[in-house]
Amino acid sequence: MTNLAEAPSQSGQQRPGTVTSIRRLIAQTEIDVRLFGMLVALAVILLTFNVLTDGTFLRPTNMVTLSVQAAGIAIIATGMVLVIVSRNIDLSVGSLVGFVAMSYALLMTDWLPLLGLGPDFPFRWAIALAIGIAIGAGFGALQGFIIAYIGVPSFIVTLGGLLSIRGLVWYLSNGAAISGIDRNFQLLGGGAQGSIGGTLTWVAAIIGCIAIVALLVNGRRQRRRFDFPVRPMWAEVLLAGAGCVAVLGLAAFANANLWPTGLANRIAIEQGWGEAPEGGWQIATGLPIPILLVIGVGLVMTWLATRRRFGRYVYAYGGNPDAAELAGINTRLTILKTYVVMGILCSIAASISAARLNGATLDIGVSYELYVIAAAVIGGTSFSGGIGTISGAILGAFVMASLSYGLSYMGVISPGQNVAAGIVLIAAVGFDTYNRRRGS
Amino acid sequence: MTVAERTPLVELQHISVAFGGVHAVRDVSIDLYAGEVVGLVGGNGAGKTTLMRVLSGAHPADSGEVHVDGKRVKITNPSDAKHYNIETIYQTLALAENVDAPGNLFLGRELTTRLGSLDDSAMEAETRKVMGRLNPNFKNFKQPVQSLSGGQRQGVAIARAVHFNAKILIMDEPTAALGPAETAQVRNLIRQLKDEGIGIFLISHDIHDVFDLSDRIGVMYHGEIVDIVEKATVTPDDVLGMIILGKKPGEVTDTDKAAIELRG
Repeated sequence: MTNLAEAPSQSGQQRPGTVTSIRRLIAQTEIDVRLFGMLVALAVILLTFNVLTDGTFLRPTNMVTLSVQAAGIAIIATGMVLVIVSRNIDLSVGSLVGFVAMSYALLMTDWLPLLGLGPDFPFRWAIALAIGIAIGAGFGALQGFIIAYIGVPSFIVTLGGLLSIRGLVWYLSNGAAISGIDRNFQLLGGGAQGSIGGTLTWVAAIIGCIAIVALLVNGRRQRRRFDFPVRPMWAEVLLAGAGCVAVLGLAAFANANLWPTGLANRIAIEQGWGEAPEGGWQIATGLPIPILLVIGVGLVMTWLATRRRFGRYVYAYGGNPDAAELAGINTRLTILKTYVVMGILCSIAASISAARLNGATLDIGVSYELYVIAAAVIGGTSFSGGIGTISGAILGAFVMASLSYGLSYMGVISPGQNVAAGIVLIAAVGFDTYNRRRGS
Repeated sequence: MTVAERTPLVELQHISVAFGGVHAVRDVSIDLYAGEVVGLVGGNGAGKTTLMRVLSGAHPADSGEVHVDGKRVKITNPSDAKHYNIETIYQTLALAENVDAPGNLFLGRELTTRLGSLDDSAMEAETRKVMGRLNPNFKNFKQPVQSLSGGQRQGVAIARAVHFNAKILIMDEPTAALGPAETAQVRNLIRQLKDEGIGIFLISHDIHDVFDLSDRIGVMYHGEIVDIVEKATVTPDDVLGMIILGKKPGEVTDTDKAAIELRG
């Protein structure tokens, strides 16, 4: 068993195949092969659409729109990973998004003014966001409590949540759609003004590069401290280089997306920028705020999942519930927490939806649960528990969004998009199952 | 023996556990001294594992008392047991299959940095130290334990039990899944731990294991203790008779003997 790795060289029967040596090189970089494969798949999808649309699909404006559409699903999918890893499910996310989105709208139009916080009150957007997150966390805690402490199966509890919370949305607004979201809150939805602009995007990218290098250096120093084997230097440099190129490339791409001329002219007049320069205003939009939210949520959730006790317990419970229990872990509290996290993420996703719509309708978030579960599963999360990554789920959400956006860009109507999404879901999991079986 | 004058490490007194109407353990009392191995034997469903699960906090007793170092203690969950330095190696090993060896070894007792994040490097370093002592060939510190062999997994489970200064060790069928070489290794380890002054409850089906390693042997039958005997005073056949018939050697009648022979 232990000698398997060294066996070929010892017995002198080293196979000359290049496949094995490439595998070994990849292994030395300690890259997650699965994740890398997904990145390749995503690239293939995007490039295919690009070819099919005569090179118009990969324009920055399309990619930015696609990403913003994927943002809500991606954010919730990071939480769904933890829920599914710990052998549960959450079907109520779509309804919860609807409820919180409606709450945001009502906070802006009715509730906050009642409390004397009129349209001019500072940081209304933050107050509304905090209340929304509290509502989401509250619903999550309630469902988590029923699941973990009373022992009702999560499928049942959250199915009940799916039905009843959606019903509550109607009661919130008496069946009406509500519009009139605070100006600053609207920025959460992205768009030209809800983006951070060219300069800040470059600053963010440079911070990202520094962080990548710092993480690699720190990791290497940690392993040196304990005399553990470290990656070969070329692998470290390759990883750092690839990471920085990716981050800077993303920033350049986002900055290639310019403000629409009409909007630029209007704002120029409003703010008195003077005459438009030759060729009109050329303002880089940079990264949209929803994308920054996805990145932020992804980092925090990865940190929670891999660097904190909470995450370790979620995975241990998913791998073997009895073992977690016998190790003295408070498994019930751990499960409850996964639903609280889920509720918070739903609230963040709801803020993006409400901001984009400048309000809330009764059907915000309908069938989100299915897309979110699909994103997590395409991203490698296994229903048998214990397996799944945050980054995989985010990629899964982008794969789904690329497909539906690409198809709609080509004029395929939404039933056709659903057919494609369903087939991709089954194919992705089928491929994964096949790979795992072969691996073991 | 002078053993009786010392305070036992553990005393289980009048422990009873019932599942529904079935008495899995009925009014059982047993004790364990430092540096002693007490073997627990009995047929399937005799109540050995259930009795030990009471001590390790995995299942609460319906009645009875647990004393550690002469003081009455309440053990209601696995954390309580660990607090009293009672460690358990379960027959199922109780490993999280998807987590690596250091993660399993420190499960529930993770080492953290000052900011409360997991200190994986420190945990791996500790694990390398412990495993280096128990199984120098062990190299797979980064793989999920499901990819390890039975012996290696057992090694991780044992390392977890002995790493945290166990005073009382419960081993449930520690060699059941192992090959001959690994079994010998575990036997040596048990002797070594015994010499270090750890008290060990050893549950085993293998009567030779028990005779080889134990100082005393407790025989259970249908949830009750038949007898707790000094190993030197009995033969394997006596113990076998107690396991099968649930009677002390002196109480065995000729009809019982005939029954055993009939059963082969």
